[in-house]
Amino acid sequence: MVNIFEVNETNKMIEQEKLDVRTITMGISLLDCCDSDLDTLNKNIYDKITRTAKDLVTVGRDIELEYGIPIVNKRISVTPISLVGGCACKSPKDFVTIAKTLDKAAKATNVNFIGGYSALVSKGMTKNDEDLIRSIPQALSSTERVCSSVNIGSTKTGINMDAVKLMGNIVKETAEATKDNSSMGCAKFVVFCNAPDDNPFMAGAFHGVTEGDAVINVGVSGPGVVKHALEGVRGENFEILCETIKKTAFKVTRAGQLVAQEASERLGIPFGIVDLSLAPTPSVGDSVAEILEEMGLESVGAPGTTAALALLNDQVKKGGVMASSFVGGLSGAFLPVSEDQGMIDAVNRGSLTIEKLEAMTCVCSVGLDMIAIPGNTSAATISGIIADEAAIGMINQKTTAVRLIPVIGKDVGDNVEFGGLLGHAPIQQVNRFGCEDFINRGGRIPAPIHSFKN
Amino acid sequence: MKKTIITVVGKDAVGIIAKVCTYLADNQINVEDISQTIIQGYFNMMMIVDAGESSKSSVEMVNDLEKMGDEIGVKIRCQHEDIFNKMHRI
Repeated sequence: MVNIFEVNETNKMIEQEKLDVRTITMGISLLDCCDSDLDTLNKNIYDKITRTAKDLVTVGRDIELEYGIPIVNKRISVTPISLVGGCACKSPKDFVTIAKTLDKAAKATNVNFIGGYSALVSKGMTKNDEDLIRSIPQALSSTERVCSSVNIGSTKTGINMDAVKLMGNIVKETAEATKDNSSMGCAKFVVFCNAPDDNPFMAGAFHGVTEGDAVINVGVSGPGVVKHALEGVRGENFEILCETIKKTAFKVTRAGQLVAQEASERLGIPFGIVDLSLAPTPSVGDSVAEILEEMGLESVGAPGTTAALALLNDQVKKGGVMASSFVGGLSGAFLPVSEDQGMIDAVNRGSLTIEKLEAMTCVCSVGLDMIAIPGNTSAATISGIIADEAAIGMINQKTTAVRLIPVIGKDVGDNVEFGGLLGHAPIQQVNRFGCEDFINRGGRIPAPIHSFKN
Repeated sequence: MKKTIITVVGKDAVGIIAKVCTYLADNQINVEDISQTIIQGYFNMMMIVDAGESSKSSVEMVNDLEKMGDEIGVKIRCQHEDIFNKMHRI
């Protein structure tokens, strides 16, 4: 039977160390909504989402109350729209109507984000894929809650450099289209290599074609809990450090597993996975950077940062895997600069650069995330950064992603405020040397040698 | 039947347990175990209760007890036992 000390420990985690379940994300397949008439297609999509997810938010709130653990976000992910809209959409403009339908469905079901305005083009692009991609700037500037992602490479296929080139322009156009709102559109758009089918976290969530009709995926959190646990083992050796992280990750993940199973049962929708990612928020005491600093770094970005992050990520997985029956999604520590107060402080202090962040992404998910860069950064440079990240993912057989925000009208030294969970960020310096000729070559980078395992 | 864990944390005062227990008795909620301790000067009580016979739903209990806590000036939480079982037991 539970005892008072265990009860106190859990409640202290929730009240003082910001333990929460970051998101319950319902994945919904829209493949059965396909129709060659655009209006019918939009109606089918709206009906299916609002029907399947009608109880998502209320069930989430009930679980929150009954177990006394906050569930911060309730969200929806759908089948990549380039596949769903193919039959009916003849132009980028047609795809935008679907984005608006998704936005309307998100508002009707009261979720804060809906992901899946996506295309999977890791090897090549169909006309539909290209139309959807070209519609992204308008889709994101004319909707509020829609999130978009494009997968431009994988370990199995190599990197689609034509798509990478296009991405640079799309990021710039999205920034321009939402310039009155701090180029916010780019915060809802992520470019992936090795995108997972079952990621519950935004902006990159979509319901992959390998999934069933509907599924419940849960993302846990808990950087504050890990940080607090490490305060108790200051000066101890790495064995003790690692064991402490592992045990803490186990407890955090168990809470996620419980919520996932409960939500799945009450909604009558199968449980998919728990995503073990340590996801920070901009509030103090909920930061991945603070964990790394607690391990003994003066400021994140200092030598030792990559090693510290590698061990953190690995121990979180080792503890988390045992706590959940199915683990998936991204499952790694997130480093979204604008959403992590410790990262923001490190950038302001001058200890954390984009180059160091890139090195850190080699040992953890997910990539260069929520980084504000000067608005006048060229499309080719953005494509170059995307290509670098994709190469890290492709070679290391892991997911990598890029979510850069070229904030129009701002330069190094300025700050940008996104508000809410998206936080705020200082504009970071980008390498000033060009890569235009490299990006302009076009074509594909072949799959790496270690992908040929058959 | 699954149990519910009620915790009361706050400054000690006369009648905290009586008030909580009266509410539980009025609503056919059976107390199975009580433990109490003082942590860092704060009154800290945990009750394991069975609400199987009660007409109150879990959500109603959570809200009622939270309101009562606000009136007495302590923090009362009411949670399904599984959150603790899952986190502390393999």
